[in-house]
Amino acid sequence: MLDDTDRKLLRYWQAEPSLSPGELAEACGISAGKAARRIARLQDRGIVKGNGVVIDWGALGYALEVSLRVTLDKTQPDAFDVFTAGARQVPEVIEIQTFLGRVDLRLSIIARDMKHYQQIYRSRILTLPHIAEIEALMHVARIKTREGLPL
Amino acid sequence: MIALDDIDRALLRALVEDATQSASALGRRFGLSQPATWRRIRRLEESGVIAGRRLRLDAEALGFGVTVFLGIKLATRGRVSLEDFERAVSAIPEVQTVEHVLGLFDYRLRVVARDLPDFERVLRRRIMTLPGAGEVEANVLLSEERLPGPL
Repeated sequence: MLDDTDRKLLRYWQAEPSLSPGELAEACGISAGKAARRIARLQDRGIVKGNGVVIDWGALGYALEVSLRVTLDKTQPDAFDVFTAGARQVPEVIEIQTFLGRVDLRLSIIARDMKHYQQIYRSRILTLPHIAEIEALMHVARIKTREGLPL
Repeated sequence: MIALDDIDRALLRALVEDATQSASALGRRFGLSQPATWRRIRRLEESGVIAGRRLRLDAEALGFGVTVFLGIKLATRGRVSLEDFERAVSAIPEVQTVEHVLGLFDYRLRVVARDLPDFERVLRRRIMTLPGAGEVEANVLLSEERLPGPL
């Protein structure tokens, strides 16, 4: 299991993922060797799954982000698999989530502008199989984005 | 807004996967010199395309077994200060992301909890008591995949 030092290390690291192992060691008040060993162990055990950059699609000209909440026709036994396989083929879909609740699925879609969105929605989304209902939420602003865990 | 060539796109994809790779290792992979790779990464950072970093953690292995998306409608639109609501909701440690949206709801939250009773505690004590919080819809996350997007 994790001890307090592991948790402390993860707290600093998730707050600032670009810290080097040496900087993390210093922040936690442990030796560089000890920090390196703990980091390696957290990665080997799959607790730290990766450390990657986050893209701001707005800076690449994708001004719109829309959440599409989808309810599927569950009389089709393979509705989830067929629908998600189709959604994966749409380049502008950047996230697929499945839920237990009022909606079955959510797609996050980016588009350059309204016209572009309209085009994706009509030609790539509405043509996906087994859709019973779709609701759209338009993103206005991101208030809190760091997906940190309360460690 | 900046234009990307094929090498920029390949670099971005590689950095989303793993941002800890050195410029020389990335350069070897894409047939670039170390300084040329470094300059490209610098340009992606300065143009804001690279918005930051994210440490991907296994929430379940760290004891957070439940992720819930909440759609929140403000009860008394106009009378509640959005800033007050946003400040209060962002301060809750279990709330990982807050998005201001347009549509069925006003805000969309991603909330993490140890289990369902823990989620109920967060919902009742922290979220329902927020200034202006009205109707709330909860969907429990079952699965999630992030796609590379139009790169």
